Amino acid sequence: MHPAPSVILFSTLSGMGLGLLAFLGAGLAVATGWTAFLWWGLGYALAVGGLAASTFHLGNPQRALLAFTQWRTSWLSREAWAAVAALLVLAPTALSDLFDLGLPRAVGQVGAVLALLTVFTTSMIYTQIRAVPRWHHWTTPVLFLSFAITGGAMLSGQGWAWVCLIALAPLLILAWRIGDGQFAKAGQTLGTATGLDRVGEVQVFEQAHTAGNYLLREMIFVVGRKHARKLRQIAVGLVAVLPALIMALAPLGPVSVAIAAALHLGGALAQRWLFFAEAEHVVGLYYGKRGS
Amino acid sequence: MNAPLLNTSPPVSDEVRKTTCYMCACRCGINVHMREGRVSYIEGNRDHPVNKGVLCAKGASGIMQINAPSRLTQPLRRVGPRGSGAFEPISWDEALALAVSWMKPLRETAPEKLAFFTGRDQSQSFTGWWAQAFGTPNYAAHGGFCSVNMAAGGIYTIGGAFWEFGQPDWERTKLFVMFGVAEDHDSNPIKIGLGKLKARGARVIGVNPIRTGYNAIADDWLGITPGTDGLLILSLIHCLLGAGKVDLDYLAQFTNAPLLVNETEGPEKGLILKNAESQPFVIDRRTGQPAPWDGKGVQPDLGATYQGHRTVFQHMAERYLSPDYAPEAVAGRCGIPAARIHALAAELADVAFGQAIELDQPWTDFRGNSHATMPGRPVSFHAMRGISAHSNGFQTARALHVLQIILGTVETPGGYRLKPPYPKPVEAHPTPHFVSAPGKPLSGPHLGYVRGPEQLALKEDGSPARIDKAFTWENPFSAHGLMHMLIPNAHAGDPYRIDTLFLYMANMAWNSSMNTTKVMAMLTDKGPDGEYIIPRIIYSDAYASEMVAYADLILPDTTYMERHDCISLLDRPISEPDAAGDSIRWPVTEPDRDVRGFQSVLLDLGARLGLAPMVKEDGSPKFKDYADYIQNHIRRPGVGPLIGFRGADGSLTGRGAANPEQIAAYIANGGFFQAHVPAEAAFYKPWNAAYQDWAVKTSFYETPQPYLFNIWSEPMRKFQLAAEGHGTIQPPDHVRARLKQAMDPLPIWYPPFGDTEASGWGYPIHALTQRPMDMYHSWGSQNAWLRQIRGKNYLYLPTKIWAEHGFKDGDFARVISPSGAITAPVAHMAALNENTIWTWNAIGKRKGAWALDEGAPEAVEGFLLNHLISELLPEKGDGMRWSNSDPVTGQAAWFDLRVRIENVGPKPQSEPSFAPVPPIVPKGGKR
Amino acid sequence: MTQLPTSTAKQLGLVVDLDTCVGCQACVTACKGWNDQGGGLSDQQPYGADPSGTFLNRVHSYQVQPPDGAAQIINFPRSCLHCADAPCVTVCPTGASYKRAEDGIVLVNESACIGCGLCAWACPYGAREMDAEQGVMKKCTLCVDRIYNENLPEEDREPACVRTCPTGARHFGDFADPESKVSRLTRERGGFDLMPDLKTRPTNKYLPPRKKDVRQDASLLAPLLDIQATGFAGWLDKVLGKI
Ligand SMILES: Nc1nc2c(c(=O)[nH]1)N[C@H]1C(S)=C(S)[C@@H](COP(=O)(O)OP(=O)(O)OC[C@H]3O[C@@H](n4cnc5c(=O)[nH]c(N)nc54)[C@H](O)[C@@H]3O)O[C@H]1N2
Ligand SMILES: Nc1nc2c(c(=O)[nH]1)N[C@H]1C(S)=C(S)[C@@H](COP(=O)(O)OP(=O)(O)OC[C@H]3O[C@@H](n4cnc5c(=O)[nH]c(N)nc54)[C@H](O)[C@@H]3O)O[C@H]1N2
Ligand code: SF4
Ligand code: SF4
Ligand code: SF4
Ligand code: SF4
Ligand code: SF4
Ligand SMILES: [Mo]
Repeated sequence: MHPAPSVILFSTLSGMGLGLLAFLGAGLAVATGWTAFLWWGLGYALAVGGLAASTFHLGNPQRALLAFTQWRTSWLSREAWAAVAALLVLAPTALSDLFDLGLPRAVGQVGAVLALLTVFTTSMIYTQIRAVPRWHHWTTPVLFLSFAITGGAMLSGQGWAWVCLIALAPLLILAWRIGDGQFAKAGQTLGTATGLDRVGEVQVFEQAHTAGNYLLREMIFVVGRKHARKLRQIAVGLVAVLPALIMALAPLGPVSVAIAAALHLGGALAQRWLFFAEAEHVVGLYYGKRGS
Repeated sequence: MNAPLLNTSPPVSDEVRKTTCYMCACRCGINVHMREGRVSYIEGNRDHPVNKGVLCAKGASGIMQINAPSRLTQPLRRVGPRGSGAFEPISWDEALALAVSWMKPLRETAPEKLAFFTGRDQSQSFTGWWAQAFGTPNYAAHGGFCSVNMAAGGIYTIGGAFWEFGQPDWERTKLFVMFGVAEDHDSNPIKIGLGKLKARGARVIGVNPIRTGYNAIADDWLGITPGTDGLLILSLIHCLLGAGKVDLDYLAQFTNAPLLVNETEGPEKGLILKNAESQPFVIDRRTGQPAPWDGKGVQPDLGATYQGHRTVFQHMAERYLSPDYAPEAVAGRCGIPAARIHALAAELADVAFGQAIELDQPWTDFRGNSHATMPGRPVSFHAMRGISAHSNGFQTARALHVLQIILGTVETPGGYRLKPPYPKPVEAHPTPHFVSAPGKPLSGPHLGYVRGPEQLALKEDGSPARIDKAFTWENPFSAHGLMHMLIPNAHAGDPYRIDTLFLYMANMAWNSSMNTTKVMAMLTDKGPDGEYIIPRIIYSDAYASEMVAYADLILPDTTYMERHDCISLLDRPISEPDAAGDSIRWPVTEPDRDVRGFQSVLLDLGARLGLAPMVKEDGSPKFKDYADYIQNHIRRPGVGPLIGFRGADGSLTGRGAANPEQIAAYIANGGFFQAHVPAEAAFYKPWNAAYQDWAVKTSFYETPQPYLFNIWSEPMRKFQLAAEGHGTIQPPDHVRARLKQAMDPLPIWYPPFGDTEASGWGYPIHALTQRPMDMYHSWGSQNAWLRQIRGKNYLYLPTKIWAEHGFKDGDFARVISPSGAITAPVAHMAALNENTIWTWNAIGKRKGAWALDEGAPEAVEGFLLNHLISELLPEKGDGMRWSNSDPVTGQAAWFDLRVRIENVGPKPQSEPSFAPVPPIVPKGGKR
Repeated sequence: MTQLPTSTAKQLGLVVDLDTCVGCQACVTACKGWNDQGGGLSDQQPYGADPSGTFLNRVHSYQVQPPDGAAQIINFPRSCLHCADAPCVTVCPTGASYKRAEDGIVLVNESACIGCGLCAWACPYGAREMDAEQGVMKKCTLCVDRIYNENLPEEDREPACVRTCPTGARHFGDFADPESKVSRLTRERGGFDLMPDLKTRPTNKYLPPRKKDVRQDASLLAPLLDIQATGFAGWLDKVLGKI
């Protein structure tokens, strides 16, 4: 799949932001005054910024409100509802923290659940796509939620955040391992895509058009195997190992958290880039294009 | 949200105008939908006999053709050096005056110095008539480089050819065999026909080195080695004869098989034996005595020997029964296992004789014998350039017709059916006219069918009368001329120099030339005097093709929706086996540029030149424009360009006075007209009295013309006799041996010339082109939709060559022939003859042409094979450079090409790469 | 309306005959022409170095190597299959994508489409293309604006691609009617689904190529006699004796 910057930014930033909001909302990090302002501000900025980024890849963003209509079937629609609900429900808690209004935590905890639910709905947008076998797996929501929780824990300065961070490493590796086998497991080949497996072994002779098209740009992205391996190593290092070291060993404070978070974010972007770039859509079969 | 309200009956258009498509010579009927005065949508006309509603990819994207940014917009005069693209716009009056100032002195002194050659323009009866009026012998259209072998091979054998001049009996045929067809002129009818066969589950066999397109859906595929079809066919004939699976009755009645071949040594040897009345005769089986060939009740004896003269049948059988033609003997050369040749022969025999059909339709033959039914042999064949574009193509085409004949499957139900005005014997065609005189028209049409050496277009001194050397000893039956030799000969001044090259609708500086690089140089070459060797070039194109840059004067044409055209029975009509048909184009939309329909321009030029048939007594123009000509021109009494709605009231068909409302009547009728063949005349046409009468009535002949199919070709034998030293008109010595071989009166096979030359020199690989179904030669690339489908081409390599050279996707190959080298991107193809490589024809474009970006894939990766093909063969030890053509017809031997190949790895672009053509029209932006 | 109808009254769709398709691309441009009128399907850089555009139907060409016999080329048109369980519909957040309850046609309501591209991701068959100029999703409409169009003559109320296909390799009809041509062809010729495991339940069916390269028994053509032994005269007598 085409690793579009808008979608990568959207899913990483909003995931992190919603994670942070969840922690704040749940009361796992409570602050007041300026600290609260910065924390909540950061959470909202990341979440809203991410969501805003996602509109950049819309062909007709002016109609975005219509995206609320199909919550019965569409995970994207559900995400829209969940995001708005989370952001709205968390707002009183944010204000309460900011101005020390003493709103009961329960409200914030509902918001926290909604925030994580939003992340879950985001992940389901990908997970539901059977045509992309790598995504169509429980590892996708688990990863998205883990990222959100880890990001939240880290940004909210939890002392134990390094545990989450370090746990991300095996999870990532596991997801990649499983993901690497998913396409084959789905069993789709050029033979099944064309049904010509009943005649013999199928190869592409001529692509439909010699010119490019939307499908080739959007759905068919080929990453070199070597390239991918290196990027995975970098991603694990940045997402998990380095920030975990910092969070565990350096004295906890805004500076160390900021450095760790920046590294983590960099890794998350790389991971998310791979999440798209390595995901093969079965339509690639028609073009004889299998990734890596 | 609920399902939105959907208007499922939106208005389609304001108006539908019915005219004829132009993206190829198939000439389908189209419904042009107009919205607010503009063309909005094009679909096939369901009532049209050619396409019955369907359209091909090109036809359905005609809207992108008529709106292409590459359209020329005004007359242009060259101001800079030729080829530099420096032009100035001029008015039509200036343009026509300039042309007249060049042409008039030529007409008055030496009309042959004007050479007028046209492409696939579909109005050859008109352009030929114009050239005849001008008086130059130098006129032809594209047939010589196209498929004249197929045309001439057919006419000389069965009085009709493949191309679009006939078709299998799609309704009844049970086995259809295609030789060397990728697309052909009858594009949609062949596809419709194949669809019918498939729907019925009838069998289709493809003989082709390449298994794409039609061959891809064939039930069986013979991946033959290029240039060897003749051998395969003669081997099939061998098998059929050996097993006695030949239609003796058909051979005896309808072919010259029972005629006797003169066995007497001397100038008559090998000619058909004639009686005292100079008539051929047969031996009647009932009496054992000579009897007239066309006598009622006569039962010709195929096995007769009369005074030592034996029948054609015996000569034929003796030759092909020879073990030289046994499958085992030819298999290696054809690249087809002997068992498969046996199997194919068995299949032909089984269907022709084991599954014969019969129509319950009485008919009477020209001898007066009546027949209760029409028996049929449901095997049919089609062949095209895969056979004809070889230097042995004429003989191979003849061989295929003889195969059809011995199976009794031409003009019988289930077999191959000709479309009116065919069948038509050689004798009913004109012979070439070529004697030019200052200020005089030519005495008759330029092109024709030569029957003997006395009809060659030679001057008194024996030198060629025509610039392309058509109808000479080197290519006696060059019925379509040799357009591919025009520029090289004009450049060499051989046989003489010309002054003005007048070209219409042929991209001669690119894809229709052999040796394109050299041809471009010839067009700009100057003599010691600093003048261009080809002094003047006038060109009519509708678009900014590669050729435009090489003209001195450009006469911009309209597009096909902006003018009148006439698809006439006088040249290439749109008939069906069951109906004669012709059609028109008419301006369904007005040009938005300063362009004029070329035919009207030609009439205007003719009037300005004072050419007799184009001016009235008072010297004023006789025809207002081409539409006026279409309606009012009279070719023979009562016969004009169109057969429909003739006579003052439009009630006559075929013959009748001109009708001023004729075009209006055609438009009202959907743009075409059909005259239906009566049911009793539908088959056995050459011998069917009812058909002959109908053909006379409908104006194809003046008197009935029944004839016999020519297994033995007497005109050919006459040339052999000359080569053997008989007769007063003698060939030069250097062509004698070749004539003796090539002009064999019975079909033979010899290796293609390019082949023998090259194979010993290290060019082991055959290189071919195929037409893509979605592109028409060079001009599909200006079409925004089609160029997305096929904007670049690959060189397809078979598995063996792919592996041998370690090719990978993305690699380029350097391909070397005896006359040049190219570098091109490769791709692998398994369903391909293992010694053959190929590419799609004419996808490569010159940078800057066709209003495309210079970085267009067509110009960067696209390539032409033409750079490797020379119009002259390499010298082979006799000090001669023979033309790369068939020795009988002069057909360009595109497919004789032999090459070798090297893997040069990935490259940024194909080679050769030329400087961009300077922009003649602005580069296209949005559509 | 992204909930899929539980069943549809009609099940309109296409049968594509892979035994007959010659890969001529006529259906590709006929589709483009019909759906483009007035710029419905845009092209980018139409005359440029990297042209591309929206097409609702594309024809591929594959080479297939059977276990026995020569390699084959099979042309393969690809457009929307109007799936019964269309994943492209259920993912759509706006309801722009929907499946018609009356005939099963899967459509995009362009005025409601935000151009998120999700439906194209969900379609395994590459049947949806985002129009780069309009920013809305395009797909085969099964020519819903032709098949019921009262402004067209009755015989023309069929998809543009079907109407134009020169070989008749495309058939249009109602699969819910077991006696329709498409149902019959599917039954008789073994019509199959593409990637059935993906549970989309496509409506359109493909007919497999017939078995190729099966040859006649050459022994049918026994020589009349051994010409080498009896000579030409013997052969001639034998042949002509049969008249
Ligand atoms: N390698 C190789 N070369 C080949 C062949 C091959 O098989 N292999 N095939 C050969 C054969 S058979 C042929 S017929 C030739 C064809 O070769 P050409 O006849 O040169 O083919 P086109 O490219 O169609 O060129 C026709 C010209 O007509 C112009 N034109 C189009 N419409 C109009 C119009 O309405 N009016 C006017 N005045 N001009 C118009 C086009 O712009 C174009 O410049 O190519 C030959 N060349
Ligand atoms: N779409 C489209 N239609 C066209 C044209 C076009 O440019 N585009 N051009 C028109 C013109 S001008 C012409 S002349 C016709 C030509 O129509 P075709 O005769 O179909 O022309 P080609 O594409 O040259 O196809 C030649 C075929 O012969 C095969 N072949 C080559 N050598 C041999 C051989 O030795 N033996 C056998 N058995 N096969 C061989 C090639 O593989 C190829 O399949 O098409 C006309 N129709
Ligand atoms: S075959 Fe195609 S291009 Fe040729 S006339 Fe017919 S529709 Fe036009
Ligand atoms: S129009 Fe028909 S034959 Fe041509 S590509 Fe389409 S389906 Fe195949
Ligand atoms: S083919 Fe694709 S676009 Fe069409 S209905 Fe099925 S999933 Fe949807
Ligand atoms: S692109 Fe349009 S039709 Fe597709 S899912 Fe998004 S809104 Fe729905
Ligand atoms: S049914 Fe209509 S929209 Fe669909 S592919 Fe055919 S022509 Fe295109
Ligand atoms: Mo041609």
